[in-house]
Amino acid sequence: MKIRGIAQSIAEAIKQEMERNDRIVVVGEDVTYWGAVFGFTMGLFEKFGRKRVFDTPITEQTFMGMAVGAATAGLHPVVSLMFVDFLGAGFDQMYNHMAKNYYMSGGQFPMPVTIITAIGGGYGDSSQHSQVLYGLFAHLPGFKVVVPSTPYDAKGLVTKALRDPNPVVVFGHKLLTGLPFLPFEGTEEEVPDEPYEVEFGKAVLRREGNDLTIISAGLMVHRSLRAAEMLQRDGISTEIIDLRTLIPLDEETIVKSAKKTGRVLIVDEDYMSYGMTGEVAFRIQAKALKDLKVPIARLAVPDVPIPFSEPLENTVIPNVERIYNEARKLYQES
Amino acid sequence: MIIKPEPSLKDLSYLIESSGLKPSDLLTMYRRMLTIRYFEETIRKIYHEGKNPFSMASGIIRGEMHLSIGQEAVAVGTLYQVRDEDVVVSTHRPHHHAIAKGVDLNRLAAEILGKVTGLCRGKGGHMHLFDKVKSFACSGIVGASFPQAAGAAFAFKYSGKDNVAIAFAGEGAANHGTFAETLNIASAWELPLILVIEDNKYADSTPKSLVMSTTFHYQRGLAYNVPSYLVDGMDVIDVYSTATKAIERARKGFGPTLIEALTYRYVGHFEGDGEEYRTKEEVEMWSSLDPIRRLENRILRLNYADNEILAKLREEARKQVQDAIDFALRSPYPDPNEALRGVFA
Ligand SMILES: Cc1ncc(C[n+]2csc(CCOP(=O)(O)OP(=O)(O)O)c2C)c(N)n1
Repeated sequence: MKIRGIAQSIAEAIKQEMERNDRIVVVGEDVTYWGAVFGFTMGLFEKFGRKRVFDTPITEQTFMGMAVGAATAGLHPVVSLMFVDFLGAGFDQMYNHMAKNYYMSGGQFPMPVTIITAIGGGYGDSSQHSQVLYGLFAHLPGFKVVVPSTPYDAKGLVTKALRDPNPVVVFGHKLLTGLPFLPFEGTEEEVPDEPYEVEFGKAVLRREGNDLTIISAGLMVHRSLRAAEMLQRDGISTEIIDLRTLIPLDEETIVKSAKKTGRVLIVDEDYMSYGMTGEVAFRIQAKALKDLKVPIARLAVPDVPIPFSEPLENTVIPNVERIYNEARKLYQES
Repeated sequence: MIIKPEPSLKDLSYLIESSGLKPSDLLTMYRRMLTIRYFEETIRKIYHEGKNPFSMASGIIRGEMHLSIGQEAVAVGTLYQVRDEDVVVSTHRPHHHAIAKGVDLNRLAAEILGKVTGLCRGKGGHMHLFDKVKSFACSGIVGASFPQAAGAAFAFKYSGKDNVAIAFAGEGAANHGTFAETLNIASAWELPLILVIEDNKYADSTPKSLVMSTTFHYQRGLAYNVPSYLVDGMDVIDVYSTATKAIERARKGFGPTLIEALTYRYVGHFEGDGEEYRTKEEVEMWSSLDPIRRLENRILRLNYADNEILAKLREEARKQVQDAIDFALRSPYPDPNEALRGVFA
């Protein structure tokens, strides 16, 4: 089936796993009529009704805690965190319990919970509704961190998550959802009708190149691909790596590419400091320092909240032009 | 009409008098509610310009837009007699509260349009309006208003001031833990806090009947020893008379009050909402209770003003709104580098 954007393919994965596994329930705010606002649960209410799809009150702390308890008692909750920005309202239950109970209990209580959340800006929703924040989850031991960029990956990664006995957080970028009320920067592609898994910890080469490697995830993969086309016109051949999962992280693929091109730019829509860019750069230099022709470069949100006004927002979220400029600069430095 | 019978003319003038209102006050309230209504209608119109097909990212106003059309009486009735130093903490649906608190309309409009002349120099936008002059703040995070207002109330009490703090929130927000936690601490510490719940029946698409264990939140307030009142949120006089008593009580140091106002939003949760979760009949029923028309009818029946005077007030309000919008449209955008400044004081 042809699917445009990640929202429908995520909903499709949940639907098929719910048919296979009656331990899966869907909870969160507005997961019925509104499909969790960004479409990740669309169609599930029509198919399964309020017996398995539950609109909660606005109580993130409590429904995250209930997910912990329900998973302990044998269910596999799919929990919608409508915008990742709302994590604060329920984070204690997530990071001190959901992410740790398996470890703290000496392996007695697996925690099969799948959290699906919407990330990203670029449409004027300001500081409390535009963040990415996957770096926070990746920093805390116990979460698997999944960032799909295509409909095919989204379905396979979510299916994998729904078969995983661990807390997996799926970060769906709003501009990749394919919903009519938002700009769309993703892809439409053929997605198999039957269920399939995409493995965690396997990055994918979206484009092969020799001069330069750009590493990113989610929306930034698509912007990097467009920058790579512009670079091609300047005669710079760019390799694009889509990490797909930050935890586990595919070190092998990124190190291999860094060794091949000797120039690495890491592009991220999360905040710069103490984030994904720093982590990936560290892993590369630890294994490929001698192969690097120039220091690793990075582009991310420059440690300021996402401002509202359009010219301000455009200044802080990496766009195609800035990715292109950074990459060119990096190439010309050596 | 919602929870109390519509009073006879005689009873109405008695109610107005006994809550300390003069005829001129009713005209001022009418005028303020009109400003809110016209402002919201105009913002709505501009918001949809350049959004065909509908996309949140395009047009003059970007992002989400939560309007308060239908809920004007709650804001105006509650805030009619507060002082500039009294703190108001609002929500993702903040325009009516801001206008009722006296926030400058030009700078409010400019902020919503992302202009440098806006309240927050364009950094905040519609859900993040801050005005130091009028002690006004809000948040797009649901449930955030309760503890922040309680904190302001704590500061007033600590400093020996007779100011009050007012938290607005929806009936959805009041299911959040912060509501219960704030009721407890405000009651235990006798903080000068007023919690105003605007019950418009829905949190996004979720009807309160599916997610609330009680019918009303005031029932919960009572459990925390907080005097709690249910008022007709489509009746500015009813809101006002309860709010005045609550504010008076708080100023005198007797502690918090909860006011739950039954109201309705005539438009979707946000612009672009398909409203598949509610019926047309329900919207029509509530439209017949329009708080502005209701006040207008009362003013006429009581002979506080004639049609000509009311028409003049409508004209004034329209002009004030138009001037504010023109100011916002005329104003420049901030310098892009402003984005990188101002994280720390
Ligand atoms: C912590 C948090 N959770 C969820 C949301 C998403 N959200 C925004 S408004 C809203 C509904 C609020 O309903 P209510 O409090 O009744 O206010 P109303 O919109 O009716 O004015 C929700 C769920 C949010 N902004 N913050």
